[in-house]
Amino acid sequence: MTSSAQENNAANAIEAHKIVKRFDGDIAVDGIDLTIKKGSIFGILGPNGAGKTTTLRMLLGIIDPDEGERFLLGSSDPISKSHQVGYLPEERGLYQSMKAFDAIAFMGALRGLPLAEGRKRGRQMMEDHGLGDAVDKQIRQLSKGMAQTVQLLGTIVHEPDLIILDEPFSGLDALNQGKLERLIRGQADKGVTVIFSTHVIAHAERLCEDIAIVANGKIPFTGKVSTARDRLRPQVHLETHNLDGPWRSAIPDDCKPLGHNWHFTLPESGVEPLLRALIEGDAGIQSLSIERPGLHDAFVHIAGEAVAKKMEEDLAKDAGLQGEAA
Amino acid sequence: MIETIRAAFVIARRDFAAIIFSKSFFFFLLGPLFPLIIGIAAGGLGQQVRQDIDRPVIGVALEETQSAKLVDARAALAKNLGNGSFPELLLLPDVSPTAPNIKTKLDTASTPLTAIISGSLEAPLLTGSQADVKRWSGRVALLSETALSGSNPVTVKTDFVATTGSSKKRTQIATAQGGQIILILLTMILAGMVLSNLVEEKTNKIIEILAAAIPMDAIFLGKLFAMLGMALVGIAVWSTLGLIGVWVISSGMPDLPAPAVGWPLFCVLMVLYFSMAYLLLGSLFLGIGAMATTVREVQTLSMPVTMGQLLVFFLAAFTVTKLGEPIEWFAVAFPFSSPFAMIARAAQMDNIWQHGLALIWQGMFTLIIIRFSVMLFRRNVMKSGNSARKKSLLARIRS
Repeated sequence: MTSSAQENNAANAIEAHKIVKRFDGDIAVDGIDLTIKKGSIFGILGPNGAGKTTTLRMLLGIIDPDEGERFLLGSSDPISKSHQVGYLPEERGLYQSMKAFDAIAFMGALRGLPLAEGRKRGRQMMEDHGLGDAVDKQIRQLSKGMAQTVQLLGTIVHEPDLIILDEPFSGLDALNQGKLERLIRGQADKGVTVIFSTHVIAHAERLCEDIAIVANGKIPFTGKVSTARDRLRPQVHLETHNLDGPWRSAIPDDCKPLGHNWHFTLPESGVEPLLRALIEGDAGIQSLSIERPGLHDAFVHIAGEAVAKKMEEDLAKDAGLQGEAA
Repeated sequence: MIETIRAAFVIARRDFAAIIFSKSFFFFLLGPLFPLIIGIAAGGLGQQVRQDIDRPVIGVALEETQSAKLVDARAALAKNLGNGSFPELLLLPDVSPTAPNIKTKLDTASTPLTAIISGSLEAPLLTGSQADVKRWSGRVALLSETALSGSNPVTVKTDFVATTGSSKKRTQIATAQGGQIILILLTMILAGMVLSNLVEEKTNKIIEILAAAIPMDAIFLGKLFAMLGMALVGIAVWSTLGLIGVWVISSGMPDLPAPAVGWPLFCVLMVLYFSMAYLLLGSLFLGIGAMATTVREVQTLSMPVTMGQLLVFFLAAFTVTKLGEPIEWFAVAFPFSSPFAMIARAAQMDNIWQHGLALIWQGMFTLIIIRFSVMLFRRNVMKSGNSARKKSLLARIRS
């Protein structure tokens, strides 16, 4: 298996070229190209059903693409690199009768860590994460949050070079989401590449340097978060004393006031000519702010209104589930 | 390959420990006791009932001296032929040997009588229903003959051997059939459990963690060998207890006729062929079971699977006495019946090389089934989205 695997650019954690996956004739992933450099935190953004999980499964070698090729840590046979990879699937699961520290050790053993070492590390990691009392408890005796933490610890117990998390924040309360964010940052500080999929833009905005936006099985954007935001011009929020005057020529013609407030996209000419025109044209500036668009605005711009709306619905559904769980 | 074996060992170790150290394994070990207890109880009860119903008593209406001779003759013959071979005799001193109304005595006697002997030993008259008279007249004649001659039966000295040349073939066929029955019973009881083996991983959603970490072949192999290990532990326990039971009951091991390859090798081959039968059927069941998403689907599959096993057994059982014929060669070559057909060969043929070939062939076929099952599993099961999960087993296999 390994001998037939091709090797590729080892500087990249992930490379995918035109990968396609169909299920019963329906296209789930439609010719995706993706390159993720080592040592970064990379977010894959998109609503449920966009193709994120299928893409991750292909990258990990759980399923094979129908077309195209993918390389994980330079190898076209991702399973052969599994000792260097940690994976937390969207659908969490553990053997219910296993003791917590044993579950962590088992997940490490799957990826080549000797069982005794895994047990030792499992105990220590649980202590470090405030779960010392639950070390010898069976998984079925743990709360959902604790079990999720155990699974996360099992994902990193073998100290992988690459961690892939599929919707890791899904189902977590705010406290545990914060803990997870800190854990991701901690791993990245050690030089580990972290890739996670999410439909919550705020997490990606806080954590990621680079993102890919997935919509309808395609990737309409991949690159730095700042590049995505730069696709939109800054937004101007202006409050004036006067409603008319020569200064009006400095703002777009189609901009209508809401009372004395004006909202418009910063003109191509930039900030200085706008300011000069407002002052010299006697606008009577009461307040002025120029805001760089957020990732959410960039996402709407890139993926389209419909996809963004779907993602907001997913988010609302998540919040509902959390409420039910609470 | 080494990684696959290592990963399979991780899976096997987890599964084996989970089964062996569970409370339910104790009940699994006790399992064969229940049919055994029920069988013994039912057999004992049946025998008792049969004895109660079927103990014939024949009234004796002869002259006093002749009656005594008849009773002595019965005692002498029963020593050699067994007490059950002759009816009980009840003397009827009040009934005249030549009484015309003998028939009425059958209904009026204080003990229910099957028949009445009257007349004389030289010319006995047996009165009873047609079926009873037909059944007992021969033995009454023998009793009368012995009573008249007054001689005791000759005592035959005995010298036992395990087998003779003429009975060798017969006993080897019996050994072959016995071996096959034990193999099929164990395989039927134990291999079916593999059907539901991946359901835990799928319902617990662990399958994706496993699939992302190790080759799928390793998951299947590990699960299969864990179940085989569990089955062998069970068999070891049951065999040991069975041998101890036989030892205690028979005051030592019985002198059984040896199969063609000898008992030690035959026992080794029994274990090997059980393992191969288990792996062959188990890999198939695991593949089918892996496509099922719920326990209900697995339960639905159990019936056709059991029927399939029975068909294989019938094929192998049919060929026991047909060594070398095309149908027997087919049973040997067809992977699923091969272990059963080969154990029958081990009982009747002493060449050993054929077993090496058969084991290699069966092992290869197991790997082929695992490969095929893995391919189906990867293609049809590891999908995301609800539509994939809800799809029926049949549709998944078809696609």
